[in-house]
Amino acid sequence: MPQNEHIELAQKRHGRRMDYHERKRKKEARAPHTEAARAQNLRGIKAKLHSQRRHSEKIQMKKTIRMHEERDTTQKEAPLQEGAVPAYLLDRETQTRAKVLSNMIKQKRKEKAGKWTVPIPKVHAVSESEVFKVLKSGKTKKKSWKRMVTKVCFVGEGFTRKPPKFERFIRPMGLRFKKAHVTHPELKATFQLPIIGVKKNPSSPMYTSLGVITKGTILEVNVSELGLVTQGGKVVWGKYAQVTNNPENDGCINAVLLV
Amino acid sequence: MGTMEVDTVSPVTERKILVQLKSDQGEALGAPLDIPFDISAKDLQSICNLLLEQQEDPLPYSFFIDNTEILKKLDDAIDFDKANTERCLDIVYQPQAVFRVRAVTRCSSTIEGHAEAVISTQFSPDGRYLASGSGDTTVRFWDVNTETPQFQCKGHKNWILAIAWSPDGKKLASGCKDGKICLWDPATGKQVGKTLAGHQQWITWLSWEPLHMNGQCRLLASSSKDATIRIWDTVMQSTLRILSSHTQSVTCIRWGGSGLIYSCSQDRSLKVWRAEDGVLCRTCTGHAHWINTLALNTDYVMRTGAVDPKDADVIHAADMDSPENLQKQALLRYNEFRKASGVERLVSGSDDFTLFLWNIETEKKPVERMTGHQGTVTQVCFSPNGNLIASASFDHSVKLWNGITGKFIASLRGHVQRVYQVAWSADSRLLVSGSQDSTLKLWEVKSRRLTVDLPGHADDVYTVDWSPDGQRVVSGGKDKVLKVWKK
Repeated sequence: MPQNEHIELAQKRHGRRMDYHERKRKKEARAPHTEAARAQNLRGIKAKLHSQRRHSEKIQMKKTIRMHEERDTTQKEAPLQEGAVPAYLLDRETQTRAKVLSNMIKQKRKEKAGKWTVPIPKVHAVSESEVFKVLKSGKTKKKSWKRMVTKVCFVGEGFTRKPPKFERFIRPMGLRFKKAHVTHPELKATFQLPIIGVKKNPSSPMYTSLGVITKGTILEVNVSELGLVTQGGKVVWGKYAQVTNNPENDGCINAVLLV
Repeated sequence: MGTMEVDTVSPVTERKILVQLKSDQGEALGAPLDIPFDISAKDLQSICNLLLEQQEDPLPYSFFIDNTEILKKLDDAIDFDKANTERCLDIVYQPQAVFRVRAVTRCSSTIEGHAEAVISTQFSPDGRYLASGSGDTTVRFWDVNTETPQFQCKGHKNWILAIAWSPDGKKLASGCKDGKICLWDPATGKQVGKTLAGHQQWITWLSWEPLHMNGQCRLLASSSKDATIRIWDTVMQSTLRILSSHTQSVTCIRWGGSGLIYSCSQDRSLKVWRAEDGVLCRTCTGHAHWINTLALNTDYVMRTGAVDPKDADVIHAADMDSPENLQKQALLRYNEFRKASGVERLVSGSDDFTLFLWNIETEKKPVERMTGHQGTVTQVCFSPNGNLIASASFDHSVKLWNGITGKFIASLRGHVQRVYQVAWSADSRLLVSGSQDSTLKLWEVKSRRLTVDLPGHADDVYTVDWSPDGQRVVSGGKDKVLKVWKK
């Protein structure tokens, strides 16, 4: 063992060999090859330790490369976000809210024409035999002028049944509905809202007057709890919704609000 | 003097009552009077003026018995179930503004220009200039008389969240979501100096040093989401000191009239700092959730600075006043206000649905915990005379509270969505509120009724301001337009 730093001392006194730097460069250039040859022939614990060391080296290498890349490319400024809100709303979860954006005059005109652009434009017509069940009446059950509605109905608040002799259509209590689950398409939220009336059943005007609710029926629902406001500052009370399911099968009415 | 008054009332009245007039500070005025039950508020007013020896220029007064205002006659306001008519009855008198602001009724113009939601608008202290900050990163100045765009100021890189006029009306500070602050000159629309950078996160509030303390309007305090408050020297363009003790976003700051800075934060604490050396004087706790907003009873007198709304004119005179003169005038107005109102009161509104009233200069304990709201309180506002507090809340209502005791007075219902902002008229008789339901509503304080409904915005109204000269109301919101409302 050398007792002093002879090598450094010699280097200081006489300098390095003339071809030192070239040899060093070549050795470094050759290093991956020797490393690979060694890695191929290592066995057992030595191989494990080697691959472990190599693994961490590679991670380090990749990290430095990425750092250099980030430094070299100029950072693009983050684009300005849309939907500016005041500072007092910034940290809050803002609930996106419904807006009455549709023009009221337009809606009135549409209402007059009885036409709406609706989510379900083509509705499968429901035949009378499907909706009404013939009830036999009379002492000998010969007469068959009575009908029972077999679909879901909306019956107004103050409705009282007529005496049996004059009651042509029976709307059973079990199929009467007062509320509908209405989805706001922009909000993507559903509210349970009271039904005001049946505006139109596309299958037949008679169904409309009876309040029969089938798939595709336009309902008027009470949206006052949604807090919608018109341009004129009035609170919107009733809005139309179209039924999207078969209420008689599901036991509930699902509808989409027409905005 | 009291006996003299009794002689003047008509001899026909049979029932009389012994009353004692008191100021809202609780000082008795003259000796107890024996007056008839059906005396009108007008007669009480002349008695009051006589006792205060100001017959030459009588002031309007309103009278209260246990926080119930005497609207027409004395016996309307007496609660006969509770009041003991054998004993002397206390009547509190409060001076009213000698001028009247007329209610705005129509939208005089809809000014387009901003490309994004208008987040804040404010009139300058004399009502001569109007500025607005928006989500499209610009601050814009508007010509108040012609209601047209004047200057468009670009300098920020993100939404402008807060703007604040210096109390001398010669500078406007704006803070953005990147935490930068810019100063603008309203006369030229150019930026003054460089952008003040320092905050790590967005600016929540800006507050200038009151004019009566410094005529130059040199110091500006800003609060930020990064939980610090910075005091800037706007002449040197540098941070003077950083106040950091809050642990969460500082939501609101106020620069008090006696050199204290009040700040509130989402960490539920309210802190008082001494502005001159940045020492934390005290920390007040009480709220159970984020504190959103603060208001001082001196807010309005400090906002208007040297300009008295009483002397406001439609045509603005060119101001030649030196800073020293302005400071002198502002100090005069401030001292007068302090003499009338006593201590500086602070009210804080919070996410826990309550408000707290504090005698913040001296006490650590709240005067009153004001409960009643059923939603987050977004803004509280003292009336210009400091006698009333209005609070806007997410529960669709505006509530009125007594500004001295903090007692509940009335609930103003009419909005169908969250109320975001309220603004008082300069005479404290009217109140305008802007809401998420896209309308503004104007309320009369005396009758506690909705006076005028002001629809017109197509979307949420984020900001409302009533000009100090009482001529106009401005509102801005999500529909990107600025609306000016007039009589």
